[in-house]
Amino acid sequence: MNDLICQLTEAYGPSGFEDAVRSLLRSVVTPLADEVRVTPLGSLVAVRRGTGNGRRIVLAAHMDEIGVMVTYVDEKGFLRFTPIGGVSPLTCLGARVRFENGTLGVIGSEKREDPGKAPTFEQLYIDVGATGRDDCPVRVGDAAVFERPFAVQGRRLVAKAMDDRIGCAVLVETLRRLGPTPHEVHFVFSVQEETTLSGARTAAYGIEPDMAIAVDVTGTGDTPESRPMAVELGKGPAIKVQDAGMIAHPTVREWLVRAAEAAGIPYQMEVLEWGTTDAAAMQLVRSGVPSGCLSIPCRYIHTPSEMVDQEDVEGAVRLLLHALQTA
Amino acid sequence: MELLKELSEAFGPSGHEKEIRQVLRRALEGHADRIWVDALGNLHAFREGTGADRLRVLLAAHMDEVGLMVVGHDDSGGLRVRAIGGIDDRVFPGAQVWVGPDRIPGVIGLKPVHLLERGEDEKVIPIDQLLVDIGAKGKEEAQRWAPLGTPMVFATRFEEVGALVKGKSFDDRAGCTVLAELVRGERLPHDLYAVFTVQEEVGLRGARVAAYANRPDCAFALEGTIADDLPKKKDVSPTSELGKGPAITVMDHTFIAHRGLLRLLVETAEALGIPYQFKQPGIGGTDSGAIHLAREGVPCGTVAVPCRYIHSPVSLLSPADLENTVRLMRESLRRLTPAVLERA
Amino acid sequence: METLQLLKQLSEAPGLPGHEEPVRALVRTLWTPLVDEIHIDGLGSLLGRRRGSGPEPRPTLMFAAHMDEIGLRVVAIERGFLRVARVGGTDRRILPGTEVLVHGERDLPGVVGMRPPHVVPPDRRDKTLPWEELFVDVGLPEEELKAVVRVGDPISFRREAVELKNGLLAGKALDNRVSVAVLTLALEHLSRTSPTWDVVAVATVQEEVGLYGATTAAYGVAPDIAVAVDVTFGRQAGVPNHRAFPLGEGIAIGVGPNFHPAMVERLKRTAEANEIPYHIDPIPGRSGTDAWAIQVSREGVPTGLVSVPLRYMHQPVETVSLKDVERAGRLLALFAAGLEADFRPRWEDE
Repeated sequence: MNDLICQLTEAYGPSGFEDAVRSLLRSVVTPLADEVRVTPLGSLVAVRRGTGNGRRIVLAAHMDEIGVMVTYVDEKGFLRFTPIGGVSPLTCLGARVRFENGTLGVIGSEKREDPGKAPTFEQLYIDVGATGRDDCPVRVGDAAVFERPFAVQGRRLVAKAMDDRIGCAVLVETLRRLGPTPHEVHFVFSVQEETTLSGARTAAYGIEPDMAIAVDVTGTGDTPESRPMAVELGKGPAIKVQDAGMIAHPTVREWLVRAAEAAGIPYQMEVLEWGTTDAAAMQLVRSGVPSGCLSIPCRYIHTPSEMVDQEDVEGAVRLLLHALQTA
Repeated sequence: MELLKELSEAFGPSGHEKEIRQVLRRALEGHADRIWVDALGNLHAFREGTGADRLRVLLAAHMDEVGLMVVGHDDSGGLRVRAIGGIDDRVFPGAQVWVGPDRIPGVIGLKPVHLLERGEDEKVIPIDQLLVDIGAKGKEEAQRWAPLGTPMVFATRFEEVGALVKGKSFDDRAGCTVLAELVRGERLPHDLYAVFTVQEEVGLRGARVAAYANRPDCAFALEGTIADDLPKKKDVSPTSELGKGPAITVMDHTFIAHRGLLRLLVETAEALGIPYQFKQPGIGGTDSGAIHLAREGVPCGTVAVPCRYIHSPVSLLSPADLENTVRLMRESLRRLTPAVLERA
Repeated sequence: METLQLLKQLSEAPGLPGHEEPVRALVRTLWTPLVDEIHIDGLGSLLGRRRGSGPEPRPTLMFAAHMDEIGLRVVAIERGFLRVARVGGTDRRILPGTEVLVHGERDLPGVVGMRPPHVVPPDRRDKTLPWEELFVDVGLPEEELKAVVRVGDPISFRREAVELKNGLLAGKALDNRVSVAVLTLALEHLSRTSPTWDVVAVATVQEEVGLYGATTAAYGVAPDIAVAVDVTFGRQAGVPNHRAFPLGEGIAIGVGPNFHPAMVERLKRTAEANEIPYHIDPIPGRSGTDAWAIQVSREGVPTGLVSVPLRYMHQPVETVSLKDVERAGRLLALFAAGLEADFRPRWEDE
């Protein structure tokens, strides 16, 4: 599974530019699914048909990652940029970014009155090594992602875009190991979660599911002097109760709890006070879809070094497999 | 320009788009195959395409403009107001407004500069602390002439200014003009659903239901957008510039343009030598933000006429940009094929 | 049922966003005898349909009032105390000294305490307590507590509604149980008449966290027209007069982009013809009510808004006038009963 996680996290795919991730996932899931299609906005849907009498269930993980987009090229060839999704200016200082055409850029900062204070995006620029406007290899509207290799560190995995390629990997692995199930399961690899949740929302509209579950990362409260939160790395996948965008439907939440308990998989209950997932959009589709979220605890979310625990990832796959085999 | 003038001077803050609808309906009669109004007040005009491989293309331009609404009456006869849509409090002092569709003139005045404390002129006064004066003598008169809920807009006449034109509400009467010209021009290969939407300024509301109802295969929002090309201390993006052609959106805070449609616009412009520019990414939002979410999702693009000083009483645009926007859209729609919408 | 009793029951029932079961059960009991069909949708809203007397296919009028209330939620258990976060727009200024009910494995009464002034440095005493210093205490040792309470469990305010002078009632959750009472009264009136249209009363969920229930309910019902019922600011100290309405002097009818002019007109005419006093509530944009979500459902729904003035919003002493509640109930019933089979809101220039 780590090979797949490595490939997925190192792929290029900021919101709206998920083509490379989609191609990679499409080639992986095509032999495993009964049907594979792409929605008008670009989400990839792989369907596994059920043995009958089950429900139609969506499992969604998003393909897109945060990044930056060029807003202006100045006379000397320096680029100004805007964030795609929730990027912090703090993580930009000294960072390297990679454009779709392979161009590498370095982020620099103007002089700041107080160098101890975080810069604003207006004070930052990207240097791609151009000597002027004319030889600049990228233009306004081009997007880049943070550049950082995947690493295995004991039980933990570190990479950029763990949010939410780890969810994509969990979905692929679940699909790979899934035996006969009564349910018709739609594995949705969604686009544009980091910006507007538009991929999952529109895919769910088309599928009309009886139940939807997002598989995404969540924060933890287990690092030094962190924001208080009762989720820790390595204590199992987290079953969401609420985040800033949704309240999990009680039947979905308890379905996941029962599966974890029956299979003896450690799990944690999660209340996230900031951020949300595709589930927030899917629950509002048509006349309402009971929705929930299975979260992979993750440290340093939205930095180029997002860290998860291998046991939590494996636990998430097993929990989903167990749940899908029950009615 | 006659249509732009008429639209610009018409009265139509969000929720009160009747006059704009009437002007447009007259302009489109005889050109559209079918015209109808929906539950929210959007004006739809359908024009059948001539091609074999026809797509359903939604084109949206919003009719509404920002304005003010009467929310109370002062004992002095002044009107208490709140903004309809997003207006910078700094444009109100000294403004002249039309109160209600009957256009009762009103003015917004400030305390005389002579009477200010030191430093008081630095402070911006929020609109809810100002009054609109229509000359009413006391509360009762004010209530009679401008009852609660009465909308108002800036009072601005359309005219030529140098090589440019001046008027209020080019956001988005410029887009309405472009769209009306597309419907009035020659027939195109695809089925066009031209929708003049309501309530964009208060949350992209009209476009949302229009996209749901028309089930488009793809869509374009047509706009009058920010041109921030005044001289500035620092070399930064002008968002868009007057005279440099239509501004194409790659990403704003409500949506990311479909890559295929983006490529179509750029390739069309380059092939025909139509000037174009990319709007500064990450700024603003348009009806595409609502349209792309409809049903199973709609591939969207946004193309805009650059306008200076939008959301103020006086905006400026270049007629050449407006004509080039019409041309870019017409030619792009002619070249649009189902293959453009396919994904890698 | 007497309005006072009805409102008191509704006020005291717990029902946080996403955890509306207790109040939904109560509303279901109240509505079942008054409607022909009743069901719960995917998000948990309760929908009761009273079939009209007109020929099929009959048009549908939807009434919506949200039944959820603001509250708290357990986010961590620390040394036997519950660390909490707000659900909806809970005002933390009211928390110290408030009694609550923790909905764990079983319901546990608790209190939110604060350190006595004697031990608080003087420069901290003039600041509102931050969330980090607000804990719910249910008086159980940590181990026992953990057996009953999980991270994520909801916490509601515990407050008996009390009658004030001049026919006012004060209690928790009157935003927006007052409107659920209005819908109940309207259904009672309608049970004695036979309207042409189908009327679907909806007690929506999750309004306080984002109008979610109304969004999915409106899609499911696909009404021809709709009226949302909610509360609006009552006149009180600290609120400018032009943003608030006096209690007991009538209900408010919303005007602005959120509302179809023909719906507003008809609500006004119905009120005038029946001597129901009303105020005009000018809303220049987002109304912040279920009406905002319903209006843009599917192909668009002509929508209106009727509001009951309420003081001290989002505090456990929300205060309303029973007279206004009864007026709103009567107005809704008369509005529904008066709809001609072919009524359709039109634009003046259509």
